[in-house]
Amino acid sequence: MSRQYVIRRILLMIPSIFGISVVLFTVLALAPGDPFSELAANPAIPPEVAAALRAKFGLDDPVWTRYYHWLIAMLHGDWGFSFASRINVETLILQRLPTTLVVIGAAQLLAIVVALPVGVLAGTRPYSIFDQIANTLAFVGFSLPTFFTGLLLILVFSVQLDWLPMVYRTDISGAGWQWYWEQFKQSIMPIAVLGLFQGASLVRYVRSAVLDVVRLDYVTTARSKGIGERSVIARHIVRTALIPVVTLVALQMPVIFGGALVTEQIFRVPGIGSLLISAMLSNDTPVVMAVTFVLSCLVVFFNFIADILYGWLDPRISYR
Amino acid sequence: MADTLLDIRGLKTWFKTDDGMVRAVDGVSLHIDRGETLGVVGESGCGKTVTARSVLKLIDMPPGRFEAGQILWQGRDLIPLSPEEMDKIRAREIAIVFQEPMTSLNPVYTVGYQIAEVLHQHQNLSKRQSIQGAVEMLRLVNIPNPQKRVHDYPHQFSGGMRQRVMIAMALSCKPKLLIADEPTTALDVTIQAQILELMQEMKDKLGMSITLITHAMGVVAETCQRVVVMYAGKVVEEAPVEALFGNPRHPYTQGLIRSIPRVDRAAAQKERLEAIPGTVPSLMNPPAGCRFAARCKYAMDICSREPPLKEVGPGHRVACVL
Repeated sequence: MSRQYVIRRILLMIPSIFGISVVLFTVLALAPGDPFSELAANPAIPPEVAAALRAKFGLDDPVWTRYYHWLIAMLHGDWGFSFASRINVETLILQRLPTTLVVIGAAQLLAIVVALPVGVLAGTRPYSIFDQIANTLAFVGFSLPTFFTGLLLILVFSVQLDWLPMVYRTDISGAGWQWYWEQFKQSIMPIAVLGLFQGASLVRYVRSAVLDVVRLDYVTTARSKGIGERSVIARHIVRTALIPVVTLVALQMPVIFGGALVTEQIFRVPGIGSLLISAMLSNDTPVVMAVTFVLSCLVVFFNFIADILYGWLDPRISYR
Repeated sequence: MADTLLDIRGLKTWFKTDDGMVRAVDGVSLHIDRGETLGVVGESGCGKTVTARSVLKLIDMPPGRFEAGQILWQGRDLIPLSPEEMDKIRAREIAIVFQEPMTSLNPVYTVGYQIAEVLHQHQNLSKRQSIQGAVEMLRLVNIPNPQKRVHDYPHQFSGGMRQRVMIAMALSCKPKLLIADEPTTALDVTIQAQILELMQEMKDKLGMSITLITHAMGVVAETCQRVVVMYAGKVVEEAPVEALFGNPRHPYTQGLIRSIPRVDRAAAQKERLEAIPGTVPSLMNPPAGCRFAARCKYAMDICSREPPLKEVGPGHRVACVL
């Protein structure tokens, strides 16, 4: 892979992120709801004070002026101030983001670890008993919404069996192993729900990608070389089958964040998703803007990773 | 025969489909001796490729299966062998070159890696030695600048060059038998001649046997010592090359030979090329008796019974009552 390819991909991220910020800002400016509506409705505050406050925060300026102010502040590391929480937005996001990234990252890892071997095995032995079972489970897995399986797990493991905590806590006491164990116990359900839901559809993708490859001539060539079936599958089938799978995983990233929103609500995980929802409910525009922007940047970033993986998996791409 | 390398006896490779059993290879017997070039000819779908792939057990099972027969490699039957035992025969003893050089190489690995893979597997060479071996093989098949090209990917090679790479890969372990499954069909005419010449040269250098599967009678005439003609999953005629072209006995062989385009005749007499009427019968429910009868101008009542292979000359056998 050439260095030029990587640099080109990095440079391409800048206009995308810029474009996303313009769209997000415009949509939020057009959206109903005003962070100062509470002030306007509060009889204790005289209208002229409210108007002065609006003028001070520049709320009556045209959209492009406000966008310009926002952009400049953003580039200087000032993400704004949360009206609802009374702290800086970047502090708020930094508090919440790690939890979300851990849950999503672990879930995605779980999805890949489960889906790759299952999909490859099912794809290399199509219509075998293993394939039939894997397919059935995959269908069940992605047909059941996370809010249902999440509640089901809570009902079984927290309410009935009382093995796992029902609510995710950030104020866990204890140190060392004790802390990690508690952390593990409370993360396991959200990770499993999100990971297995993603994994179920990933199994189908991997299986069909493998099915496309096993029929190809070069797989027969590889078999004729006497290198053993394991090498044929690992080197010649999986490597090429991964190329379309990488695209799909990258395209799924926004869906994964969307799924995390729901799961975070169900398990009361104090992540960035629950922050976004509470900010929306309280008209906390700076937080909504910053959170959606961070999520978009993460999606762009994961697509960049996918492009890099692409160039590594398929030499034809970076040479073009 | 003492110097028989491969002896296929009554091989039946059938495929199970939703519509029924396809008898792609239905009782084929042929043998190949040390150092000879055997041509296997027949039109598309006659079972040539399935026969070739059966030898290396490259048939997907299911849906395929060996219904009957033996594939004796130096006296040892390959059919009951385990995949691990088969892997010791593949590439090391019997190698194969396929029809489509454009799709037979894996696009995501360098050609050097793909050749080195064989050497690394069978000759206990280190990774670096294997790559060096790959360079030598590329040099052997006349690829210019092999030291550099070894690190190139298949899409950086032309069709003819890729077929050279395939031949280099097949020959890297100096096999005793090379099966070439229509190696020139996908290439243009000038490249075809080069590839055939290369195979001949390699055969002389390495002293192996070649089974050349083709539907081009001209190619057979140029390169083979013996020819097996297949039709609808069966062998219909087997003869030394001179006998086959001088005195073809089976009406199908006669038709094949007459359908070779001849520039001299076409130009002089504006003669139309002679074609064999009709198409290959379905291999699902093949007609009883001679399978060519429906297209044969000499067909008689007796043709509804299966004609045995009978000896009509030295090494010349034909499955026809005529």
